[in-house]
Amino acid sequence: MGRDELDVSIWRGDANGGRFEDFKVPAQDSQTVLDVVSWVQQNEDPTLSYRYACRVGMCGSCAMMVNGVPRWTCRTHVKKVLDGQKVTVAPLRNLPVIKDLATDMDPFFDKWVKAAGVHHPSKTRDDPIEAVNPASPARVEADTGIECINCSVCYAACDTVTGNADYLGPAALQRAWTLYNDAKDADQQTILDAVSGNGGCHNCHSQGSCTLYCPNELNPMKAIAGLKRATAASFFKRRK
Amino acid sequence: MLDMRLYMLQRITALIMAPLTLGHIAVMIYAVQDGLSAAEILGRTQGSLAWFLFYGIFVVAVSLHAAIGLRVILHETLGVKEAALSVFTWSVCVILLAMGGRAVWAVTFL
Repeated sequence: MGRDELDVSIWRGDANGGRFEDFKVPAQDSQTVLDVVSWVQQNEDPTLSYRYACRVGMCGSCAMMVNGVPRWTCRTHVKKVLDGQKVTVAPLRNLPVIKDLATDMDPFFDKWVKAAGVHHPSKTRDDPIEAVNPASPARVEADTGIECINCSVCYAACDTVTGNADYLGPAALQRAWTLYNDAKDADQQTILDAVSGNGGCHNCHSQGSCTLYCPNELNPMKAIAGLKRATAASFFKRRK
Repeated sequence: MLDMRLYMLQRITALIMAPLTLGHIAVMIYAVQDGLSAAEILGRTQGSLAWFLFYGIFVVAVSLHAAIGLRVILHETLGVKEAALSVFTWSVCVILLAMGGRAVWAVTFL
């Protein structure tokens, strides 16, 4: 490419507010949104704060709002999202801002724990390892959700999270659903109880933004529907 | 803002309302096409336990279903929560129940 320049607007500020700042960034071949943000930090303003680690779509730390849409910036080619020559980069929605493009991910991960997203062992270290049949229906279902990289794109995309601060969100609920279907998890009822409270899976309106924007093409909306079915079945069983 | 109990209550009332809504629409079409007068309709409904139960159950289901639905909208759009949200939910439920109940009573037993 020649000497084309991109018009880049980057949100600057902290928890108390902020504003967009404009930069001119030289366009390059195969340039990602993260490359653009890094160029600004390395050449224009070293105080720009943002977060990344692996640069290959595995670690889930570089998600940002790009032209108003949550994306993993290390795997998003800027050419594919340009609006003319312009791109706007902002911190993830639905999370408190620490500084510039770095958000506080604590609420997101706290909700993983709240949704019982921790392993409940079925055996001790002295027992033989339980064989898992990869073809069993439960394992096939669990496999559809385990490639989550915790990037919080789905959480930022979710309008129900925006409207209801207690809502556990798509990632945490999908994690609960994979554990519910895991033959090695011993406490399915604890999972169902954890996702049945005020902020639980029943608040989902099935708008589907989580599934639309998930960079790994997972389907949290389907996982949440699974939890709704499982909790409803358990609701009637317990009343017998 | 929807826990398991409210979610199930809203789904069950929806299941109850689905056939009753179809029945209601069928009755309306029948009444209009045959040109029934108000007096003729009242003649059929007054003293009828069947019509009292049909519309009585309908009113109870609507009151619960609508109150829960409006509760969610109020919380997610205006941020109302806790005691104020409960007062709103119960008020909607009681008002719908009173208005609907009065109407059903009027056409069946008054």
